[in-house]
Amino acid sequence: MSNNKPPRAPKIPDSPLVPYPSGAFVPERDVKSIPVLETHHLGIDFGGLTAVDDFSLTVGKTEIAGLIGPNGAGKTTVFNLLTNVYQPTRGSIMINGFSSAGKTTAQVNKLGIARTFQNIRLFSNMSVLDNVRVGMHNTTHENLLASITHGFGYRKAERTSKEQAMELLDFFSLTELADAQAGSLPYGAQRRLEIVRALATSPRILLLDEPAAGMNPSETHELMENIRRIRDTFHIAIMLIEHDMNLVMGICEGICVLNYGKIIAKGTPDDIKSNPTVIEAYLGKKGAKGQ
Amino acid sequence: MKKKTKKTSNFSKNLITVIMVALLYAVVAVALYTGKASRQLSNMLIPISAYIVMAVSLNLVVGLLGELSLGHAGFMSVGLFGGCLLSIALADVLPVAVRLPLAMLAGGLVAAVFGLVVGLPALRLKGDYLAIVTLACGEIIKNVITNLKFTGGALGLDTSPVYSNAKTLLPFAIVLVFLTMIVMMNLKNSKYGRAIMAIRDNRIAAESTGINVTYFKLAVFIIAAFFAGAAGTLYGHFFANVKAASFDYNMSIEILVIVVLGGMGSVRGSIIAAIILQALPEVLREFADYRMLIYSVLLIVIMLLNSSPKFAEMKGNWSIGSVVKLAKNKKKSKEAAENEQ
Repeated sequence: MSNNKPPRAPKIPDSPLVPYPSGAFVPERDVKSIPVLETHHLGIDFGGLTAVDDFSLTVGKTEIAGLIGPNGAGKTTVFNLLTNVYQPTRGSIMINGFSSAGKTTAQVNKLGIARTFQNIRLFSNMSVLDNVRVGMHNTTHENLLASITHGFGYRKAERTSKEQAMELLDFFSLTELADAQAGSLPYGAQRRLEIVRALATSPRILLLDEPAAGMNPSETHELMENIRRIRDTFHIAIMLIEHDMNLVMGICEGICVLNYGKIIAKGTPDDIKSNPTVIEAYLGKKGAKGQ
Repeated sequence: MKKKTKKTSNFSKNLITVIMVALLYAVVAVALYTGKASRQLSNMLIPISAYIVMAVSLNLVVGLLGELSLGHAGFMSVGLFGGCLLSIALADVLPVAVRLPLAMLAGGLVAAVFGLVVGLPALRLKGDYLAIVTLACGEIIKNVITNLKFTGGALGLDTSPVYSNAKTLLPFAIVLVFLTMIVMMNLKNSKYGRAIMAIRDNRIAAESTGINVTYFKLAVFIIAAFFAGAAGTLYGHFFANVKAASFDYNMSIEILVIVVLGGMGSVRGSIIAAIILQALPEVLREFADYRMLIYSVLLIVIMLLNSSPKFAEMKGNWSIGSVVKLAKNKKKSKEAAENEQ
């Protein structure tokens, strides 16, 4: 891992696909490659409240991982910890083999982690194209001088970033809307645009926070296809928080269940479905007995 | 295809602004140098140019970055005193043509350094808090300068050795205005501009897409302070005596009013508003008592117009073509109404 920089924006690599499902929740199962994300005994306290505790997880290079749990289990807090929005009280995070300790959110993004938000956070007064181009900020070779004078390689940089952005928009069939204001898009397109913007930062792992929230079954199905397509095309890992069990069980290769900030189960979808602790967490003790 | 039209429209919008300002200055310059300009006009030219630069640079902070800064006059006065002191020191050595640009650069740099010093702690704050801190910084700058010996104290700095009339200063003013305008327009359509606007629209999302928020906020603050300082130096050369006390929060708010009325993030709007709001009190001088009344009523009218979506739409498609279209549509609807009758 001599190369510190994340790869340039989406390009399909020539190397053959890493065989999946890698199911790399257990590190030994994917020893050859460095896991894209590794956390060790991660924990955070807010005052006296322990929001997340002893969170250890490994995500393989092209794995689709799910993070589920009842409301208030600390799922989004985990995402905020992974992107250094919150600094962890305990434990460590390794992204592509690099520690993210002491880094800012922007620096962590450069390590190769990108995310979407539970409540959509687009740059709503900017055009769709510009939203994606903001995502390409760190891969666009344009310095302040070029920005101010519109010379010194400005045109080339702008053209490349625009082409790449259009390519990405095309991938999610948003080309038609490229000039529209992001805030004026319909809900589903806004969700997609958020994913495109995250992908534009050329991440190694994409964190999706409830991507199917507020979607109808057919839209959810489309989203599932899209998530698979992202993994197969860009060869990146995806970790998602979701309450829609059809989606989670349908596409995730590994699932981690969180309750009261602690991991109560890890494993394949089938393991999770039949795990009594998980059923108890969702349905209570009586519900678990009734199963 | 759609993309292309968008780009050209963006480009032509900027071009229209540049041409508009160029024409305006051409007319004024001809009037001034042929001696046809009234005393009133030639007295207004330089202050208005300075205000245009101030408004456009403040628009970078308020309109593009979305942070409320109420200390812009403070940066102007720092630049003014820095630039003018240098200019006075060099008054006997260098001719105006060299001395003034040098002084403007120096004034800009001094203001930029102050922008950095003030911005470093202040930009960690958000919204109202930042506004209060910048307001306080502006007042502190004013009071410090008033109490320093080498800046002339409360009596003001005697700038009579470097005083120049409008005829000498106009070319420099034109260059400065164009420079500010072009930098601001270029910045808006670039990687940096997009990053700045992203911070304005959603700071958390901008951060998580890899944008260093502190760096960009600081960069914007420094660039804005630089132009404010340069404008201040120009402004100072037009008077024989400048007092720090006149660069108080009233002036900062006056500039902010120009920015808000001109439209957030709009260069052309800022320029038009600066001209109107600065020229108005002079033009209305004949009405003496009613002057401020008319001024305030106009402010309210512009404010109301700006908040109406119909006007915003009209302003958005402001071009000769759209005016013709509007007229045609009106005619058509009139004809249609007549036909119905």
